[in-house]
Amino acid sequence: MELLFTSCMGVMIACGVYLMLRARTFPFVLGLTLLGYAVNMFLFVSGRLKTNLPAVISPAQLQYTDPLPQALVLTAIVIGFAMVAFVVVLALKASGELGTDHVDGHKENNS
Amino acid sequence: MNLALIPLLPLLGAVIPSLFRSRNLNALTAGAIAGVSMLLLLLQAPAVFNGAMPLASWSWISAIGLNFAFRVSGFGFMFAFLILGIGLLIVIYARFYLSAADPMGRFYTYLLLFMGSMLGIVLSENIILLMMFWELTSISSFLLIGFWSYRTDAREGARQALVITGGGGLAMIAGFLLLGHIVGSFELTTILASKEIIHAHHLYPITLILILLGAFTKSAQFPFQFWLPHAMAAPTPVSAYLHSATMVKAGVFLLALLFPVLSGSSLWFYIVTPVGLITFMFAAYMAMFKDDLKGLLAYSTVSHLGLITLLLGLGSPLAAFTAVFHILNHAAFKAGLFMLAGIIDHETGTRDMKRLSGLWKYMPITGTLTMIGSASMAGVPLFNGFLSKEMFLAETLEPNLFGAFSWIVPLGATLAAIFAVAYSIRMVHDVFFKEPFTNLPKKPHEPPHGMRLPAEILMTICVLVGLFPMTLAAPMVNVAAGSILGAATPDYHIAIWHGLNMALALSVIALVGGSIFYLQRLRLFDSHRWCMRYCDGKANFEAFISGVVQGGRQITAYMENGSLQRYIALLVGAVIVLGASPFFGSSAPFIGPLAMASVDPVTLIMGLALIFCSVATVVNHRNRILSIIMLGTVGLIVSLSFIRFSAPDLALTQISVEVVTIILLMMALHLLPRTTPVESTSTRRGRDIVLSVAAGGGCTALMMAVLTRPYDTIAGYFLENSKPGGGGTNVVNVILVDFRGFDTLGEITVLVIAGLVIYALLHDFDLTAPKTDALGRPWVQDRFPMILTQITRPLMPLSLLFAVYIFLRGHNEPGGGFIAGLIVASVLILQYISSGIVWTRPRLTVDNHIIMAWGLVIAVLTGVGSWVVGYPFLTSSFTYLTWPLVGKFEIASAIAFDLGVFLAVVGSVMLVLVKLGSMNSTDAEIVSTSAQKDQEEQKGAH
Repeated sequence: MELLFTSCMGVMIACGVYLMLRARTFPFVLGLTLLGYAVNMFLFVSGRLKTNLPAVISPAQLQYTDPLPQALVLTAIVIGFAMVAFVVVLALKASGELGTDHVDGHKENNS
Repeated sequence: MNLALIPLLPLLGAVIPSLFRSRNLNALTAGAIAGVSMLLLLLQAPAVFNGAMPLASWSWISAIGLNFAFRVSGFGFMFAFLILGIGLLIVIYARFYLSAADPMGRFYTYLLLFMGSMLGIVLSENIILLMMFWELTSISSFLLIGFWSYRTDAREGARQALVITGGGGLAMIAGFLLLGHIVGSFELTTILASKEIIHAHHLYPITLILILLGAFTKSAQFPFQFWLPHAMAAPTPVSAYLHSATMVKAGVFLLALLFPVLSGSSLWFYIVTPVGLITFMFAAYMAMFKDDLKGLLAYSTVSHLGLITLLLGLGSPLAAFTAVFHILNHAAFKAGLFMLAGIIDHETGTRDMKRLSGLWKYMPITGTLTMIGSASMAGVPLFNGFLSKEMFLAETLEPNLFGAFSWIVPLGATLAAIFAVAYSIRMVHDVFFKEPFTNLPKKPHEPPHGMRLPAEILMTICVLVGLFPMTLAAPMVNVAAGSILGAATPDYHIAIWHGLNMALALSVIALVGGSIFYLQRLRLFDSHRWCMRYCDGKANFEAFISGVVQGGRQITAYMENGSLQRYIALLVGAVIVLGASPFFGSSAPFIGPLAMASVDPVTLIMGLALIFCSVATVVNHRNRILSIIMLGTVGLIVSLSFIRFSAPDLALTQISVEVVTIILLMMALHLLPRTTPVESTSTRRGRDIVLSVAAGGGCTALMMAVLTRPYDTIAGYFLENSKPGGGGTNVVNVILVDFRGFDTLGEITVLVIAGLVIYALLHDFDLTAPKTDALGRPWVQDRFPMILTQITRPLMPLSLLFAVYIFLRGHNEPGGGFIAGLIVASVLILQYISSGIVWTRPRLTVDNHIIMAWGLVIAVLTGVGSWVVGYPFLTSSFTYLTWPLVGKFEIASAIAFDLGVFLAVVGSVMLVLVKLGSMNSTDAEIVSTSAQKDQEEQKGAH
């Protein structure tokens, strides 16, 4: 199970990084979103994988999963959205002001 | 407490002189503050002269050994007396020197700051505290030297002084930390008692070199001497203060302070003695050729500092004794001479000795005072400078570690003494005698008496000490040297006449030789010119600085070429290298001992689907709509995985964020260029694949190594205290709004800031979206499909009710402010999407900025509320209420905080999406023009 989970995470990170290395803003944003998911999973899994042990106190339940990484990831998800939104808007602004959606540092517009 | 007030009073009171407009009040308040400090110091005098050392200590940050501790040793007392005494004279002098156009209040503020920092250095008991004052002198002297900030030379000089002394200060911090490490304490008393430990330690050489670097830069020792002459761009009162008794003396103060523990090794001798000797000779030589009066004095100061350093380097108790005595004498005559140079400048308009001449007729009193100072500087008998200089010459004759080459020291010293006599004669003869002056900017006359008074006092001291050394100077010097040397203090009789001996002979040689040098000066000037080409420290410094800047630019140009791809590649590459490096050479097995859980078929299928969709996102990234769909699927599977692994809150959050993210990406897609042509070369793609696979594989491997090892968590605390302490059973939510509420407050603040920044970026920004899709087909005109519109409208109240439910149950069951906020935001956005902005805007009149702001305000107020009832910030409390029909339920203050979170999330998400959605939309224009019309009509009605 752990191997499956971490492999999924690894594939997402690899895909995210690859997309972020593209020269245009749109794939970059896709990559950033994907990497964001993967990083959240990374944080989450550091609290270990538990089945049917949610951290909601109840007398019927004797064991719980670790709630702390979950709390951290919860805010990270929301902040991640804010970051993606910011990058999207920055990309829009850049393409509006510079007339290009390139992020490779070349001045000329190749599109 | 009185003791600590001596340095603290000027520091704390520094701002007071700036409060007044009147120039007299400026000077008066500054003088009063320094005067009170002086009184407090003098109160310590009886104890100090009885051989005691008053101490005052408060614990500050004991974890790093930093105490707020002060001491008044004999040496510290002498220095503090010089700082305050000459400081008071400078206060008077500056009152007359500065013109009406100079901001005098500010000048005194800087001066007091500097004075307090200097006092802190000489009175600190803790060396970390000393270091802080040391840095403060660097900063305050920067302000003083650059006081005439409109002048380029003042700015450059100030910057140079700051870079050199500040850089040396960094070395010294390191040295002090090492010293504290060796001794195990940062208290001076302990350090000064640990000579054997320090000398035996293997870190002694590096410690010594670092501390010496700090001292040498501060005291302008070779090869760092060049900053001091350029600091002469400062107003003369500053030069008189900084370069006679204080700033530059801080370096030799430190050398003398640590003399008992650092000296006595051959390393000390072989570094300190040559540096002192070279500085002494080189600066004296340079001083002869300076046409600028202050330039001459500046080099002379450097030279005398070299003399003191040389004495300390020689290392014998009598040499240290002489060094202390010379510190005192030099402060007196040099401060006076600087002041006189300032008077000459002030009353004639120039300091250039090529233009000045024949002033004796106009300024006889100033001339007499200058003669006294110069005689003292040259070491003429009956003046105080003679006493210490002769003792110095006698010391140089003692055999030293140079062995057969010991004669180098007296030879060099005598040569430097000859130069000193020559430049002293020049200062008097060139300025006051020679032919009558021809072109002076002003007609010279004596200065106002108040301006001359400080110099008169100092010169009187020079003469009196020169005549009656045993009565006036010996007690202070004995106490000061005694506090450094302890039992080794020589029982020395300071006298004008020690009989016919070698030292006297050297003094005579210096006086005669100096006179001859002066007479032959024209020939010397020629030979000097070629030397200057190579000795211009300032030019070298500037060249060095511009070289550093140039190198920095080249590195920046490579690293920061504007290509995001390069940055990310460098970043990811560096992380991979740094992350992987510890595993090479480690013999521990990579995978830990714990067994993995077994995989069930459903999870396996979902996992494979996740991998498939991730890869599909990459493969199809040129087909934008398809890649977004794939990305959305990835997000959904991620939220499913959260459910699968016991994280219902995360699943709810992820799925609602997923909705808004996809909406956001769709909007962006509409506005960005429509196609992504293939651009990367295959090598580039290969590189990227290698990098990304290494990154992904690395993370997988790392996490596997973590997951297969035993787990020690702090979760127990949260699980146990969630219900009794936070009043909720949903531990994740209780952590968010209670245990780690401060984090959450920070996070919603970031969210709000992001919202505002995005709004600001898009404000007044016009972007034309393409009219057709990538294949040239026009967009569908039927933008608001009827079925969607009709379903979403009744859905809205239901969804809002659901959000309220999710919000309220959040403390005990999965849910809470974040999730409810996201649900509300997506519901509202759905209305915009299905019915358009023209229909929605008038029906949703609440401004998103205001919602967002209220969210933050409520969250902060909840936190402050716990202050009011006497608990730390953001402490949550709860109670149980019983209402009819509803029954017994719990109400916690955390729910108010969660409400803040909720509002902040709704506001910022809506702000972003609505702003982005109204970009390039004709509907948005309709709304804004109609809103304008409404406003105008309202105005008209009023």
